[in-house]
Amino acid sequence: MIIETTNLAKRYGSTEAVRGLNLSVPAGLICGFLGRNGAGKSTTIKMLLGITRPSSGKGRVFGLPIDDPAASLEIRRRTGYVGEDKRLYGYMTGEQMIRFTRSLYPRWKMDWERQLLREFALPLNRKVKTYSKGMRTKLALLLSLARGVDLLILDEPTEGLDPVMIEQVLQALVRAAAEGTSVFFSSHQIAEVEQIADHVSIIHNGRLLLDGALDRLKESYRRVNLVFPNRPPEKEFSMPGVKWIEADRHSLSVFASHNVDDIVDRARALDAASVDVVPLTLREIYLESLKEEQHALV
Amino acid sequence: MIFNKPNPASGLAIYLQLMEQIKHAIEVGALRPGDQLPGIRTLAEQLVISPNTVAKAYSELQHQGVIAIRHGSGAYIAESRHAEIRRKNVSQALTMMRDLVEKLRRRGFKEDEIRRLFEAELTRDEALAR
Repeated sequence: MIIETTNLAKRYGSTEAVRGLNLSVPAGLICGFLGRNGAGKSTTIKMLLGITRPSSGKGRVFGLPIDDPAASLEIRRRTGYVGEDKRLYGYMTGEQMIRFTRSLYPRWKMDWERQLLREFALPLNRKVKTYSKGMRTKLALLLSLARGVDLLILDEPTEGLDPVMIEQVLQALVRAAAEGTSVFFSSHQIAEVEQIADHVSIIHNGRLLLDGALDRLKESYRRVNLVFPNRPPEKEFSMPGVKWIEADRHSLSVFASHNVDDIVDRARALDAASVDVVPLTLREIYLESLKEEQHALV
Repeated sequence: MIFNKPNPASGLAIYLQLMEQIKHAIEVGALRPGDQLPGIRTLAEQLVISPNTVAKAYSELQHQGVIAIRHGSGAYIAESRHAEIRRKNVSQALTMMRDLVEKLRRRGFKEDEIRRLFEAELTRDEALAR
């Protein structure tokens, strides 16, 4: 695991931004950290990078404890961070910013610098403070990638960018992953997470809602729509894997995280007239899991 | 071969979509035995999907004997005696399919109705096979 947290929590006064988060992100993958605005994504990232201290709980990046100052320094040395503030010097031009950063890192990758400059087409002679949001993101990404980091952490890297820029940023993340860099990026855009992520961790109200390999989630989650001549009671389907059931006069709709074969067998045993097993997109899995959470609260 | 971008917002995992695309290309002759597939990194960047996804699709295809991976030089469409027969079968199936769709259209069925009927029939078979 490249990132691991146990009961990680952050309180600001009476507000609990993160409430007992248990994350485990495997190394060598692209991980999408998905959640609504205010779900606790930025706070989590800031704790991982030692920018804010956890109120309680533990976290490790590269196996190093995030609340230990010396370890945190080592984490930051091996991690590239592209955040909201972008940590750029506005009075420098793009070119000065690159030259300045290059001088700080002996492992600087000139080939990456050249290639990304070609693709990103940044106006290098202009001062960074005149850059658009997309240009700033690209510059911050270039500086992190050329540094040669083991882990790239990005907080909403595509927020506020146009579709062309979004594609360029995602492409840079794919390239970083192809070079063996682990990528952890937060987003509230399901579509882009679904497009490039291997692993997805969904945070809701400061807690982990759902977590796993995207392929496995898509292969195991199903909605089973059933129509009966005489509809059996819902409790007939209280079995492993069933998250919740919706019912109307003649039909049942079963949302399951796994164990679909047994559900189908049960339906046949109960003389279902129609059995329809529907695969789910990440959007549906996410929204259905939120419903489940609401059911649990009632 | 020109690859289509997979549809991420589909219930089908992207590596499976990629596998289907390559198999389909072989069946219609767009890819033939000995043809080289793009490198993992190249294809990942082109389609803007995770390199691990491309690697997974290639490794599954290799497992199924559809492609051969030669270390250091890349992935190639495997030589297969079945491939030629399969190509012929697929082209016959295509003709049958066209006839059927044409017949249904003449009876006034619309495209989405045909698709629905077809999918219902497929899922029925799947359910029976369990």
